[in-house]
Parts: sequence; C-alpha cells; structure tokens
Amino acid sequence: MAQLSHRQRKGAGSASARRLNPDGTYVHPLGANRSGVIAPWFFVTIPILWILIFSLLPFLNTIRLSFTDSTLLRPGKFIGFQNFVDMFHDPHFITAMTNSSLYVVCVVPFMIILPLILAALVADRTRIMGFFRTSFYIPVIMSSVVVGLIWTNLLDSKGLVNGMFRALHWITKPIPFLTDRWLLLFSAMTITIWTGLGYYMIIYLTTIANIDPVLYEAAQIDGAGAVRQFIHVTLPGCTWTMILISLLSSMSAFRVFGEIYMLTNGSGGVGGADITMTMLIKNEGTGINARTGYAGALGLVMFFVLGALILFEWFLESRSSDDE
Amino acid sequence: MMSKHITVGKVTKYVVLILLFLFLACPLLWQISLAFKGPKDDMYAVPPYFWPRDPTVDNFSGVFKRLPIVGYALNTLVVAAINILGNVVSGTTAGYAIALLKFKGKRIVIGILFLSMLIPGETVMITQFLIIRSLNLQNNLIGVALPGIVSAMNILLFVNAFRAIPRDLIEAAEMDGASVWQRFTMICAPQVKGTMALVAIFSFMGSWNDFLWPLIVLTDDSHYTLTLGMSRLQGTFVSDPRLVAAGTVIALVPILIFFFVFQRYIFHGLEVGGVKE
Repeated sequence: MAQLSHRQRKGAGSASARRLNPDGTYVHPLGANRSGVIAPWFFVTIPILWILIFSLLPFLNTIRLSFTDSTLLRPGKFIGFQNFVDMFHDPHFITAMTNSSLYVVCVVPFMIILPLILAALVADRTRIMGFFRTSFYIPVIMSSVVVGLIWTNLLDSKGLVNGMFRALHWITKPIPFLTDRWLLLFSAMTITIWTGLGYYMIIYLTTIANIDPVLYEAAQIDGAGAVRQFIHVTLPGCTWTMILISLLSSMSAFRVFGEIYMLTNGSGGVGGADITMTMLIKNEGTGINARTGYAGALGLVMFFVLGALILFEWFLESRSSDDE
Repeated sequence: MMSKHITVGKVTKYVVLILLFLFLACPLLWQISLAFKGPKDDMYAVPPYFWPRDPTVDNFSGVFKRLPIVGYALNTLVVAAINILGNVVSGTTAGYAIALLKFKGKRIVIGILFLSMLIPGETVMITQFLIIRSLNLQNNLIGVALPGIVSAMNILLFVNAFRAIPRDLIEAAEMDGASVWQRFTMICAPQVKGTMALVAIFSFMGSWNDFLWPLIVLTDDSHYTLTLGMSRLQGTFVSDPRLVAAGTVIALVPILIFFFVFQRYIFHGLEVGGVKE
C-alpha cells in the first residue's frame, strides 16, 4: 500500500519537474545526466549492500538451512521437510507455540482498549495531563531487563504483591507468581501490558488529535456526556488505529522474549514450560550444540506466523475501506 | 445541575487516572524505596512500608563494587555510538538518493527496503550470528553493532523528510550550478536535521535497551553491554533484592535523563514515524 502511493508520488514529481524545464533556463543538462547514472549509486550502494548482507542474505540462508540437518560445526545435508515434521513431535515446539499464541490472545485485547481509554483521558493539552502522559510513558523506555528485575522483586514469594495480599489477609500462603507454569505466563503478560500501554497511548493520542473538534462540539450540543462522546466520536475515529495497534501488539506479543527470560532467570520456567518461540529459536540456534538447521526451520515458522498477521491486518484494512 | 454533572465526571476521570498512575508508577517507586533500605529494614514486613527506616546509599556502592557497571555502560555507549553514526549517515545518503535523484533500479532498491522490513529479526538472528561468526566478530562489540547500522525503516523516514523539502529550493541550487554532492551537503542535508536528531535518539534508545542480540553475540563478561550485565544481577545477588533494586536504579537514571531531555523529540517522532520498534 505504502509502496504504491510512493510510486505514484514519484511519478507525479518527475512529471512536474519535466514541465518546469522547457523554458530554456535549465543550465546544466550534463550535470543532471550524470546525477542520473553514477551519483545516486554513490549514495545508495553501501546502505543497500548492508541490507542485502545483513537482512536478505541471512533470510535466504535461513530458508536454505531449514531444509538441512546442519549444526553449528557441521554443514549438514538436505533432508527435505524433515525439520518441519520433527517440530510436531517436539514437545518444546508445542509448548513454545502454545505460549506465544496464548500471549497474543491475552495481551492484544488489553493493548487495543486500555491505551485508548488512557489516551482519551489525557488528550487535553493541559499541564497536568502532560504530567500524566509523561509518567505513563516511562515504562516504555525501560529495557526488558530492568523491567524484569523490578517485577521479579515485586512478584517474589516474599515480594510487595504477596506482602500486601498478606497484610489484607487475602492469602495465608504466598501466590507462586514466578514458579507456577500458568501464573508465570500471566505475570509476564501483565508486565508486557505494563510496558506497552504508554507506547500505544501515544499512537492513539495522535489519532485523537486529528479528529475534527466539531464532532465533539456537535455531540456536546446533543447533550452527550464524556462517556457517550467517547463511544460515538472517539471510538469511530480510532477504528483504523485500532486495527494498526492490533497488528503491532500481536506481532510484538508473539515475539515475546525479555519478560519471560528475566522472570525465569533465563531457564524458560520449570522444565521449560514457559518457553516462547523466540526463546526456543535462541536455545536451538546458539551454543556449541546448536542445531542451526532446526533453528532455521523455527525461524521460518515465525516468519509465516508474523506474515499471516500482516496479511490478516491488510484484509481488515481493505474491508473497512470498502465499507466507506 | 449541569456543573455538578461535570464535577462527577471529572472526579471519576481523576480517580481512574490516579489508579492507572499507581499501576504504572508503583513498581518503579517501590524499587527506588527498596534501593535505599538498609540492613535493619525488614524488606518482607507485613504490611509492607514505603519509607526506609534505616536509609542508606550502601546498596549503590555495593553494586558498583560487585559489578563493573561503568565498564558495561561504556560498552553500551560504544555500540550506541556506532549505531547512531551508521543510521544517520546511511539514512541521510540513501534517503537523499531515493527521494530526490532519478536513477535506474530505484524500484529495486525500494523493493529491497520493503522486503527487509517484512523479515522479523527473530527469523534471521541465528543466520546473522553465523555471518558475525564467520567475520570472527563474535564476542565483540562491533559484532553487536554491525547488523543494526542500516535500517530500512530509518531510510524511509529520511526519504519522507527529503521529499518535504520545497522543490524550488533544490531547483534554484541546481540552476546556480550546484553539483549533486553540493546540493546534498549544502541544501538538502541541513533541511533534515530534525530527522537526523530523531533517528539518533531512537538509535540510542534502541541500543541502550537491546538485550536479545547482544545476548547471542557476547559471551565474555568483559564485553557485556549494560542490559546483559544487569541481567546478571539476578544470578549474583538473588539473596539481596536491595542490591538488585539499586542496580536497576543505576541503570535507569541515564536513560530517564535522556528521555526527559529529548521528550519532545521522542513524542514527535512517534507521531511522524508512527512505528519504530
């Protein structure tokens, strides 16, 4: 989509440039010609080579490896789709796929709705709202490691959360946030939401700032309160952004790594029960016993899942633009 | 009647805001409180209390004594510096050519950029590592920085910025006989300073917070970046959350200052760039 509009604009630009020239004042046809051949490549060659070497080439290599039984130390031979067949007998893969998918299902609804409410609340350009906007954004700039350390302290069996629950006499035994398979996953999800809210809030704020204020005034005249204004003006105005955020947050949720790595101290939970796809790729693809072929196949699965999310978003986008 | 209605609304609004503020701010505030608690403070008191009763700064010096944090931070700064320089230079040059120069193969170049944006880092991180390894740069800060030096996303940001320069300005320079290079350095590049700042800021924050890639490339403690070093806090000091807390506070202060200084740019960048992760 973006590429298409880009090309159109490029066409329009060069056409107008040509129209400007015939008045005879164009002094340097030679210079222009030269800039058309060599100079542009002087500017783009290195960046493009870099992207070819560090992005496209590794991608092709990932595809190649995924059909081999390569390890870090041994090139390996072609084994067809064996790696992909093996996956379905690999309990780690099943666990990782389940956890990463569950992560998407549980985290994304919060990421779509909560930041929108936040944004609607802090949309006014006042000083106090500026304070709230800034403080809501602070968790976003923290690294997953720092976030993980903070929350490990909080969720520890003797940490703040358990301490408060105890003080309130809600529990007698500490809740095993960091050791139970499912609780750990949900703790990690809470952390992901905690760090992501501010980021998506800013994206929503941009959209809300572009909603025609007349719509709000009209709603006010009709006697709509804040809640009804939100439902009838803000919400419809943010449909596109909601689709975009559903894509962004589902992609980043599926790729989750740091939060779970930190909460489990790098182990992926007891018996690896909380491992995620990214973690699995890292575990299989690094170290002296790395199975680079299998890791390549896992990477490719990741590519297809994320690609499917993008296609799904395009589908939603085209449908909602058909409606208009 | 009307004004009372608004007050009720306002009260609810602020209650919700304050609750969300507590949810978002409390973990950090508690960590700060923990970092200042002394040996006589009961960290596990029920009910928990916020203000340290035996306040101390020993936890901070304790972290500095046990972990070479300054060294870690310097390593991160090396990676960040390479990253910033690479992204600003490659983004400016490639963005200029794509936005303002005509040349054969431009569509292919743009196609390559978009294609690379569709490839998730997780898919290629192992094969990227194989390249780094074949260059003998594993366990080396340059190996950490290298793949991130050029980013399609940043190049496209620059393309947009260069397109926004008024055409008259460039054409006037062209008529005055300015060469491609002169037009670039004297006319166009100064016009995209804002984008340069933006890309530099986000490159810095990206390298400051990056964890997975340095974790794959670096094995030797002395080359650790700050995030990697911090992740060791867990193994080293499991017994003392106060030290962990002090460590996180130390790691957070620079990036927080950075954020407050460049806050305007960062929010503006999220608005124009939309997405940068």
